[in-house]
Amino acid sequence: MEKLINTSKALDLINNGDTLLVGGFGLSGTPLTMLDEIANSEKHDLTVVSNNLGETGKGLGKLLLSGNLKKAVGSYFTTNRDAVQAWSDGELQIELIPQGTLAEAVRCGGAGIGGFYTKTAVGTKLAEGKEEKVIDGKTYILEKAIKGDISLIKALKADTIGNLVYDHTARNFNAVMASAGKVVIAEVDEIVEAGELHPLEIVTPHAYVDYIVLNKYVKKGGAYVESV
Amino acid sequence: MLSQSERIKIAKRVAEELKEGQIVNLGVGIPTLIPDYLEGKKLFLQSENGLLGMGPTPDKENVNMDLISASKKPITMDTGASLFDSSDSFVMIRGGHVDVAILGALQVDRYGEIANWAVPGKTILGVGGAMDLVAGAKQIIIASTLCAKDGKSKLVEKLHFPSSGKRRADLLITEHAVFKFTNEGTELIEILSDISIEQLRDMIDVEFKYNDIKIIT
Repeated sequence: MEKLINTSKALDLINNGDTLLVGGFGLSGTPLTMLDEIANSEKHDLTVVSNNLGETGKGLGKLLLSGNLKKAVGSYFTTNRDAVQAWSDGELQIELIPQGTLAEAVRCGGAGIGGFYTKTAVGTKLAEGKEEKVIDGKTYILEKAIKGDISLIKALKADTIGNLVYDHTARNFNAVMASAGKVVIAEVDEIVEAGELHPLEIVTPHAYVDYIVLNKYVKKGGAYVESV
Repeated sequence: MLSQSERIKIAKRVAEELKEGQIVNLGVGIPTLIPDYLEGKKLFLQSENGLLGMGPTPDKENVNMDLISASKKPITMDTGASLFDSSDSFVMIRGGHVDVAILGALQVDRYGEIANWAVPGKTILGVGGAMDLVAGAKQIIIASTLCAKDGKSKLVEKLHFPSSGKRRADLLITEHAVFKFTNEGTELIEILSDISIEQLRDMIDVEFKYNDIKIIT
């Protein structure tokens, strides 16, 4: 199966009202090209699960400005003023989850596990309404797994069958997001022939990856800039 | 507002608590100053976005937006560094594989329960890894000013700010004093400025006991 597709075909895979699992920590490890496609489209009522909403006007921050989003699920929205504003104006629903709980919930979603008991957030506002359980004398809360319709992830390189390698800390949420979406689209800087990635360096095996798109941005001076 | 020299004083005192070879997660603010005051002690710094073995800030030409700290600042990798994904990073944090978390705080109660993520009445839209660190690190040291910007004591009888979890801090290190938390409550163990015990009592809202106080001025 040919996994490499162009970004407009990838956009067609996304439906209004879908839940998107989006990799990235700040802008690092974010599928910038696919997010541009969505921001320039009429897609609406999307729910995004991601650690944060990029930065003001960048990455997922663009989707906020272009009105594609209904809801955001993540751990840290305070640094994007637009997200705070949209929430205050009632234009964006936000569900706040501790960062480690978010990562584990998505991991469980991809691993066929319905939920898990964690000690994080016990006794806090973020545990309100959640089932408590004492296991071996310690109190935990139940967190449900998170799954998505589409995973949008960013890797450094793919091979033609969809094995992925990442750039340093750009791996972040991408590896778990790759497992928990019905359709997984990986945006990469470069595609090489199968066999060219050393098995020891592959982090995400091709079983998780349905489609590959090429990143239109190029890295200059350590940051992605639009190529001319 | 705390002067830079007082911030450094807190960082230096925290650095004394840390032991060679420990795995340490540094929060934002004063904790980020600590690596400069280790006096040759070798630590392994954990960054929750997926790195164990964080090194110093790179030269401008070696900056890579895909090698960053949890504060989203460019970093380098130390000898022996390893990279992993976010779920593994929180296995490390929540699972008790990080020796020490050094955190800031908005308030700490008399038993060491921490509030460090939200202010009442304001929008609560960010928690990050704060609650996971509080729940999972083997030892928790709070590095903070004794009083908030409005002059109110951060050490309080009962938290007014939302709690970060049931797990309690071990130590609170401030510009004036070091406090230890036990099941009996707050214990003053060290004075770091020219403040008297009576002045400390006036400043903070918590009864504290003391036996053997170290006075460093």
